[in-house]
Amino acid sequence: MNQDPATSPAGLRHRAETHASAYPALLAEAEHLAATILLGDHGRRRAGTGDEFWQYRPAERGDGLRDIDWRRSARSDAHFVRQKEWQAAQSVMLWVDDALSMTFTGGDDRPTKGHRARVLALALCVLLNKGGERFGLANRGTPPRRGEGQLGRIATHLMAAAGTADYGTPNARVLPAGSRAIFVSDFLGDLDPVSKALTSATDRGVKGALVQVLDPDEEAFPFDGRTVFESMSGAVRFETLKARALKDAYLDRLAARKAALKSLARHTGWQYHCHHTSTPAASAMLWLYQALDRGA
Amino acid sequence: MFGLSSLGFTAPLLLVALIALPILWWLLRAVPPAPIRRRFPGVALLLGLKDDESQTVTTPWWLLLLRMLAVAALIVGFAGPVLNPKEAGDGRGPLLIVMDGSWASAADWPSRIERVEQLIADAGRQGRPAAIVTLTDLPAGDLVFQTADTVLAGLPSLQPRAWQPDTASVQEWSTRLGEIGFETIWFSDGLEREGRTDLIEALENRGAVSVIQGQRPVVALRPARFEDSLVTVTAIRSPDTGARDYGVVAYGPDPNGVERELARAVASFEPGAAELEVQLDLPTELRNRVRRFEIDGTRSAGATSLTDDSLKRRKVALLASRNDQEAQDLLSPLFYLRRALVPSADLIDGALDDMLLASPDVLILADVATLSDGEREAIAEWAESGGMLVRFAGPRTAAVDLLDDDPLLPIRLRAGGRSVGGAMSWGEPKTLRAFSRDSPFFGLSIPGDVVVSSQVVAEPDPILADRTIASLADGTPLVTRSDLGQGQVVLFHVTANAEWSTLPLSGLFVQMLERLAISTRPTQLDAEDLSGTTWTIEEVIDPFGEVRRADTLPGVAGERLAEPVLGADLPPGLYEGNDRRVALNVINDDTVLQAATWPDTVSVEGISIAEETPLKGAFLMAALTLLMIDILASLLVGGRLRGPRQAAAVLLAAIVLVPATVEAQDTSAGDELALQATSDVVLAYVQTGDAAVDRVSFEGLRGLSRSLFLRTSVEPIEPVAVDLETDELSFFPLIYWPVTEGQATPSTDAYARLNRYLRTGGMIVFDTRDANIGGFGTATPAGRKLRQLAAPLDIPALEPIPADHVLTRTFYLLQDFPGRHDSRDVWVEAAPANAEQIDGLPFRDLNDGVTPVLIGGNDWASAWARDERGQPLYPVGRGYGGERQREMAVRFGVNLVMHVLTGNYKSDQVHVPALLDRLGN
Repeated sequence: MNQDPATSPAGLRHRAETHASAYPALLAEAEHLAATILLGDHGRRRAGTGDEFWQYRPAERGDGLRDIDWRRSARSDAHFVRQKEWQAAQSVMLWVDDALSMTFTGGDDRPTKGHRARVLALALCVLLNKGGERFGLANRGTPPRRGEGQLGRIATHLMAAAGTADYGTPNARVLPAGSRAIFVSDFLGDLDPVSKALTSATDRGVKGALVQVLDPDEEAFPFDGRTVFESMSGAVRFETLKARALKDAYLDRLAARKAALKSLARHTGWQYHCHHTSTPAASAMLWLYQALDRGA
Repeated sequence: MFGLSSLGFTAPLLLVALIALPILWWLLRAVPPAPIRRRFPGVALLLGLKDDESQTVTTPWWLLLLRMLAVAALIVGFAGPVLNPKEAGDGRGPLLIVMDGSWASAADWPSRIERVEQLIADAGRQGRPAAIVTLTDLPAGDLVFQTADTVLAGLPSLQPRAWQPDTASVQEWSTRLGEIGFETIWFSDGLEREGRTDLIEALENRGAVSVIQGQRPVVALRPARFEDSLVTVTAIRSPDTGARDYGVVAYGPDPNGVERELARAVASFEPGAAELEVQLDLPTELRNRVRRFEIDGTRSAGATSLTDDSLKRRKVALLASRNDQEAQDLLSPLFYLRRALVPSADLIDGALDDMLLASPDVLILADVATLSDGEREAIAEWAESGGMLVRFAGPRTAAVDLLDDDPLLPIRLRAGGRSVGGAMSWGEPKTLRAFSRDSPFFGLSIPGDVVVSSQVVAEPDPILADRTIASLADGTPLVTRSDLGQGQVVLFHVTANAEWSTLPLSGLFVQMLERLAISTRPTQLDAEDLSGTTWTIEEVIDPFGEVRRADTLPGVAGERLAEPVLGADLPPGLYEGNDRRVALNVINDDTVLQAATWPDTVSVEGISIAEETPLKGAFLMAALTLLMIDILASLLVGGRLRGPRQAAAVLLAAIVLVPATVEAQDTSAGDELALQATSDVVLAYVQTGDAAVDRVSFEGLRGLSRSLFLRTSVEPIEPVAVDLETDELSFFPLIYWPVTEGQATPSTDAYARLNRYLRTGGMIVFDTRDANIGGFGTATPAGRKLRQLAAPLDIPALEPIPADHVLTRTFYLLQDFPGRHDSRDVWVEAAPANAEQIDGLPFRDLNDGVTPVLIGGNDWASAWARDERGQPLYPVGRGYGGERQREMAVRFGVNLVMHVLTGNYKSDQVHVPALLDRLGN
């Protein structure tokens, strides 16, 4: 029997198991990353709907019988109502670039940009889940939810997602109004779609953060000699006879790209961070967490 | 073959391909290095960028050059380059090889023979007959050419001679060359010689003559002289050579009689210098022992110079009777002796006891008549051990009553002297009678003015005639002599001064002293002196400068020594006759070495044959190397020389390029071995390279270690294998060395270490493991190998284990030393010769140390061998007897280790009572 391994049941199962085995690993990695950040006090410091106990107050007229905390009331003559702290759940939408360019890594000792982006996103989801926020993947277009189930779905989607384009474009249409958004990409492709998505998101009151994930090779351009550079799909080609001579020009352009992203973020009220895959993911994670806390 | 002077090609036509190199240059220039394809997301940022400088698309010139070189090396390599190609000889007709065959050719004789062999073999291939003639050993008949095979068969017996070709016989031979034409190749020793042109002419009349001449400068030694208390040796050489140092070495017996180097000097020749004097300041003791001088490292009779009596100076002790009167110098009994001896002997003065302590060769007592008993005994003892006592008579001798049988006088003397021809006597002073044939003075001419007026007279005695070596004209003895032990006693019946005779005033006196070997001086050999004498050859110098005893050579008539012409019947060497020794050396005082000059018609070439060396492999290897470099260079140019994989490639290429011969010097492993070996007792065995034998050694020593652990307080750990080349041996008390036939012989360094190990108390057990097929000493292969292995080792004299050797009782009481075989042939260091059994003790007190070696063939390791569980591994004998033998083997092993660790402790007499008790005495 010589079946095509891609379609045979065995091949299918093999790939399924490969993905399935990677999924808990990704989740575990993300949770591990999330564990590095201690959850602070998330409450709104006032009574409202929520899960956490806030205070007991004497029952007033108009309070429903079911609101009275009988255990507390029995210890005194008055009736008390148990109030909970107000916890307004936020919606956070994540867009993780799954284009081919994210599959690049310059060295065997560091992950691909896509992996780092997925870990960052999923870790943020874990944190959000612990904080009780709702979260969703803008790639998928599904509304934000909360809970372990959503975490699992996102992890599965992140694992399965594989774009075919060289560079990815964010999707701003699915962002609910007033929610937060995190875009994780290398932002090496055309900047126009990013700019459009950002302005349209801002129009709908969505604020957020841009995380640019870059490989150190893309920062350093350590190439030399006669070289044909190809995009990851091979669609874009560029040939040079002396790669080293192009280094300065390339670095200038990269700096200009970063500056453009930064100014775009500033104009739209977003935040921008550049992360290198050679540095630990925790630094980016910390920045992301603080960015969300700052009200991004 | 197409060749330059020293480089030739087997396929020179291939070199034409070198023309194609410029085309290749042009082709290679046009092809730029291929680009690297590289995936890079940042390419989007690159779009639109322009290469700011137009990088050359052509290959860099140095890379081109590299490739051209590689291709050129390939082409040259395939053209088959050969260094020093052999020219095929193109001669026709018979080939005559003439060899000088003198002492000067001996130094490089093997290379001459090698060259001759090649020439003859070449001639044989061309079907040419050949002949070899040595000028020092000319054939009697006509020149006979034989087939090359026959000539080759006789080649090994061709030897140089220790003398020069005889001019006359060479000339005579040159007239007997026959009529046929032949080609001549003359192997010259490089020295100019008379009469050579005649021979060359004669040879050139028959055909072409070419000369092969050694490039090595000929160097030789003239006989040593003794001047101004210095020994002067003159080294001479053929003058047209550059600066060079030669070591001049004096050899002679040391006090134990073993010949060894006594002194050494360096002759540093300036460029062009032909002779150089080297002076050696030697103490008398040393100088008298010098037997010969040699130039270090030159194997030639000319570089060896034997010494004879002329170099020796005897120590002569002089003693006169106490002078109770103030005598004048000229009347002193010793005055004339002193004058006669000072130039040629070392004189000792002083009290008799002191002088005897200086062990003089000769003691002269001038008119000393009274000696105390102690003195008499001391003199007699000294004389019996080889001293020569010479006594002169005088008034005192004549006056005293002498003992009847005084051993210190050769004859009995009648009391009172006799006076002849004095004022109160009738007779005329007596002259001397001619010396008889038996006399040592035979041949000396007697001057007419030597007269004797007084003498002491001998008692008539039957032995008187035998003992008289010189007598007066009337037959009364003048000099008598007798043997005393190994020495002799000589009595002059006259005084040592001119009182009784005029003998001391004459030259004859000096000559007589010389003949008596009292004084020595440069030997003047004149024909008259020598006529009628026969000299025996004591030692001959062979052409290679070795000095051999010559017991079988016939004697030589004395006349021939006067004008010595060295030859087969008068070889150079040491001649002895009439108590004198004369050295005939190849080189005499007048010899001058001159480089040979040859006529222009003769081609002269060197002797050494440059080996034909094919260079094809080298060139191809160079090409391959260049191509490997080219790979690296291409990677470099292409910018791919980056990253771990490329680094690995570079590394790989580097390994290919540099065939590393670096052996890891694992010092930590060495330290580990040292720690392991020094923290516990460890038995060691020598790795033979034969895995099976090594395993048995290991198992055997493991079994022995276990037995020691169980039975004694020695608790060894696992045995270790030692590599003689690398491992330090001093940690191990005992090294077991199984001898296998195929074992590699250790290097010189390893032997040095082994000797140091043996000298510092180590012990090696040699086991040839073949006692079943031959006793020790018979020629089994392992036995032969053992001899070869042990030859450079510093092993003392051996003997089979004596029954009272300490090995028989260090732990167990044993008399057999079986292993898997049971042979009694087990050898240890021999007991000292003076070991004597003391009465009442069961054994002798033998060597003070541990025997450095134990040699046997009983295959002990197999008998000791046990596996990890302690079970015997190899069968020994049969049944119970076999087990008994194994037990005995183990006991022997225990005794052996105990012996090594405790030395002669059990020899200590303290243990005797207990041992006696146990032995049942």
